[in-house]
Amino acid sequence: MSELQQEPTAVQGEGRWLLGDPIADDRAPDSPVGDRWSDRKFSARLVNPANRRKMTAIIVGTGLAGGAAAATLGEAGYHVKSFCFQDSPRRAHSIAAQGGINAAKNYRNDGDSVHRLFYDTVKGGDFRSRESNVHRLAEVSLNIIDQCVAQGVPFAREYSGLLDTRSFGGTQVSRTFYARGQTGQQLLIGAYSALERQIAAGTVEMHPRTEMLDLIVADGRARGIVTRSILTGKIETHLADVVVLCTGGYGNVYYLSTNAKGSNVTAAWRAHKRGALFANPCYTQIHPTCIPVSGEYQSKLTLMSESLRNDGRVWVPKERGDNRPPNQIPEEERDYYLERQYPSFGNLVPRDIASRAAKNMCDAEQGVGPGGLGVYLDFKDAIGRLGRHAVEAKYGNLFEMYQRITGDDPYEVPMRIYPAIHYTMGGLWVDYDLRSTIPGLFVGGEANFSDHGANRLGASALMQGLADGYFVLPTTVPNYLADGPFDPIDESHPAVVEAVESTKGRIDKLLSANGNRTVDSFHRELGQLIWDQCGMARSKEGLEKALDRLPSLREEFWRDVKIVGTGDGFNQSLEKAGRVADFLELGELMCTDALHREESCGGHFRVEHQTEDGEAQRDDENFSYVAAWEYGGDQSGAKPILHKEDLEFSYVHPSQRSYK
Amino acid sequence: MRITLRVWRQKNADAKGKMEKYKLDDVDEDMSFLEMLDVLNEKLILQGEDPVSFDHDCREGICGSCAMVINGTPHGPQKNTTTCQLHMRHFKDGDTIDVEPWRARAFPVIKDLVTDRSAFDQIIQAGGYVSVNTGSAPEAHATPVDKVSADDAFDAATCIGCGACVAACPNGSSMLFTAAKVTHLGLLPQGQPERQTRAISMLAKQDELDFGGCTNVGACAEVCPKGIPLASISRLNHDVLGATLAGARAD
Amino acid sequence: MVLTQQRNIVTRTWGSSVGKKFVMAVTGVIFLLYVIAHMIGNLKIFFGQETFDAYSEHLRTLGAEIFGYEGVLWIIRVVLLASVVLHMAAAFSLWYKAKRARPVGYQHKGHQGSYAARTMRWGGVIIALFVIWHILDLTLGTVNPDPAGGAYAKLVASFDRPIVAIFYIVAMVALSFHISHGLWSGIQTLGGNSAVKQHALKSFSIVVGVVIAVGFAIIPVSVMFGLVR
Repeated sequence: MSELQQEPTAVQGEGRWLLGDPIADDRAPDSPVGDRWSDRKFSARLVNPANRRKMTAIIVGTGLAGGAAAATLGEAGYHVKSFCFQDSPRRAHSIAAQGGINAAKNYRNDGDSVHRLFYDTVKGGDFRSRESNVHRLAEVSLNIIDQCVAQGVPFAREYSGLLDTRSFGGTQVSRTFYARGQTGQQLLIGAYSALERQIAAGTVEMHPRTEMLDLIVADGRARGIVTRSILTGKIETHLADVVVLCTGGYGNVYYLSTNAKGSNVTAAWRAHKRGALFANPCYTQIHPTCIPVSGEYQSKLTLMSESLRNDGRVWVPKERGDNRPPNQIPEEERDYYLERQYPSFGNLVPRDIASRAAKNMCDAEQGVGPGGLGVYLDFKDAIGRLGRHAVEAKYGNLFEMYQRITGDDPYEVPMRIYPAIHYTMGGLWVDYDLRSTIPGLFVGGEANFSDHGANRLGASALMQGLADGYFVLPTTVPNYLADGPFDPIDESHPAVVEAVESTKGRIDKLLSANGNRTVDSFHRELGQLIWDQCGMARSKEGLEKALDRLPSLREEFWRDVKIVGTGDGFNQSLEKAGRVADFLELGELMCTDALHREESCGGHFRVEHQTEDGEAQRDDENFSYVAAWEYGGDQSGAKPILHKEDLEFSYVHPSQRSYK
Repeated sequence: MRITLRVWRQKNADAKGKMEKYKLDDVDEDMSFLEMLDVLNEKLILQGEDPVSFDHDCREGICGSCAMVINGTPHGPQKNTTTCQLHMRHFKDGDTIDVEPWRARAFPVIKDLVTDRSAFDQIIQAGGYVSVNTGSAPEAHATPVDKVSADDAFDAATCIGCGACVAACPNGSSMLFTAAKVTHLGLLPQGQPERQTRAISMLAKQDELDFGGCTNVGACAEVCPKGIPLASISRLNHDVLGATLAGARAD
Repeated sequence: MVLTQQRNIVTRTWGSSVGKKFVMAVTGVIFLLYVIAHMIGNLKIFFGQETFDAYSEHLRTLGAEIFGYEGVLWIIRVVLLASVVLHMAAAFSLWYKAKRARPVGYQHKGHQGSYAARTMRWGGVIIALFVIWHILDLTLGTVNPDPAGGAYAKLVASFDRPIVAIFYIVAMVALSFHISHGLWSGIQTLGGNSAVKQHALKSFSIVVGVVIAVGFAIIPVSVMFGLVR
């Protein structure tokens, strides 16, 4: 691809990137959107059951997408090797999702349908996602619920014994299935138990506490991975016929995020450096209902399910710098700003709108709590209307969690919330088959960019992870394997040797720096920079500032980082250092992407592009495309190469999102 | 506030460990326990000392990674709270806090406070699932589940597999963990066909892995961060008794 | 699921940690029924020497038409002895398993679980030692000051020694703890507990434990205070 690069126009980015060939998805059938998935399933080639055992699939990550894919491919009879850095596949970060999972079951008879879920998701994504993929997601949502119920996932039920649903931000139907505030955990335990069943059956070989550090691309195909054992530090190679990355998102680039501390971009970033395009890295989602930062030492942010906005009312004092305790501020001196600005959706506007509105209130010095970085989420009316008991039944565990962390009782005092990074819509570019641009490398779940456009709707992440894992990858991966058998390769293949050597070289370099700063101090600095310049609101000036600072920060990191201990054994600082090194590179690509996208859409808000009343202003004429970035190379000053995938909207016509 | 920590330090699985004393002078009461350890570790690294290794990930009380015995109690003094959700406001200025790893033969220490809990995965492998392949599921509404059973199943299903039950049990038994899974699936219609074989197989695996036997002390349920009811064990016993009398076997 | 070998019900039961608890629960029920009957019998002491000795003799002639003199008593003794052997074998086996399960203990010991639950094993040892003394003293009379006396005479003679009376009372306290936890534990083991019933079952077990211990201990106390002569 890189032969046809051309210099970008000066206006676009002042030489910070190059423009490459356009790219397109050639896998979605040409049929009407509703038929594409069944057509694709039919046209996908199959592998004879007797041959499946001989095919090895590597699946990295054991969250909803990876766990489900490993279990399902194992059930089908493939030889699966599954990897996770956690001590057990059950601890993948999908476990922390609270709110629920969408499915177009229409059990409520409230006008829901596959088409409506499709429509809502494309619209919610601010018209920056691919229609074919989203429609498939909506179709498959039906099967997911069936599958999970059969596995014993204890979804909430009504007295009839039938499944309960609730509504979620960005939609007007009640299609979210939930398991108290622990839907992610329950779904993950379902996938995990299916995976453990296959491990017992011998079809899946599990490698916990094993981190993927590089991708092996041999003779043009992804053929394996280089791993480091977190226990022994041993660098190993695992070879296979296909590699699937389900390694989650990169929200931890911000240091403070709602992601687990271990969540990282390394696997995806290594694949990117080996040739996979990285799409829309600037699309990051800020979740409006998190517990605000309490001090310098803060190590992560805790999200509370957005479902709280169903019954909680968001407000700030009308007067700037009003320091009175919330219960002493009379009704008429409160600004229920979401209800005021968005009368039809009120407190249930999509996440990006709710987040930005909170930021605007805090910027206007109406924020509450330490540093004025917070707004109230008040349940007084809900408790009055439904009774404390009903509120407790719905949100009891969230309230407990809030009280545990802050020491305040939300039954008595309104919660304080503030937005935090929660999800990253961007990720490795994939086609309809979830193939990356490297043959034999598939990407599922949050690690790919495919379904959420510029903004993800609530309760859609679990849906996408399981759709990819249970249903899409098990169809498309065999289609690829049907091309096999591929030439056998072994450890002596030059590509394997090179990948192992470069991995070892990186580790040695990190250990030998022996500087003066801890990994976390670099990570905090990076996080603050990205949050300030590429967070809730972005500007050309700020992004350029970040882009100027990042190379020097990266250079300082490699020169001045201090890691105690050695590489051959359990060394948590070394693990972190490798991940932060990759975040430092990714951060630069995020800022470049954000700088190049001269519009506001979804989670990407450019202050230069807003309507008169401060709403995001999309530019469909110039930016209705996926920005898929090619790695520019290791040499200093190398520029990433932009490949555009034009988005076509034949079924959902782009309109300015309006939640008023 | 000022805190003195006494932390179990052990270089690796084979090394002999001991308690080491550390003093922290600027602990904020809004810090979580793990953030307090982060602060200690930053200090240690800058002094060129090996930081304290401990398992942690989500830091919001759901992944089950964090595992440490604080002053003799797994996850520390707060009820229904994982270590990551324990905040320093529950300690007093000047306190000395002892921090140790889980202690069980089935959970060998890897380093410092990190233990190997893969035995739990093996117990699940022995039967902690419903044998349903992807794609073979019937329509979700085909089988109603009465709300009481669904809620009770949920209470058991909240287990995060942290292992505090084993750590607290004077017998080093994993009974509450096993019982939680058996109860969760045994209360749902989907779990019925394998109910007895599940109970007997998971129990056999637990015994084989050198966990102790349950003597109904109840320490497990007291420290369980998710409040798994002790009565789950009775359900497991019930299913095992039925299977034993019926001669059920798993294969 | 893993393959477990089909075994007969004995090995199937004894082969698992829960199976051993079934054995302890069932034998525990036998002890409990025996202890209740024994306590009720003992209380006849308050009806005077004649009634008490007649009751003691009655135990020996009970069912004599079929089982012969002392026949029923021997059946009870054999069942009890077998139960003791099984109960203790299971207990020691689980004790050993527990020791094995935690080769390295904690520096800072925790205190989870009730006192009664944590002291079952040593409590059981105290009770076993007491039972041996009790048989030597009141059944065989070996260590009794009045070895040739009747049941009543032996009892009064024994409890006239304050140290013996106090030992007896201490053993009853241990028995009370053992029953308080053991009865509930047995119900839990046999699958009869539920989250809803748990509190009631625990309270009930404590009441049973206390009533039995008081029922027994009232006798040495009465002897010490001269109420029974």
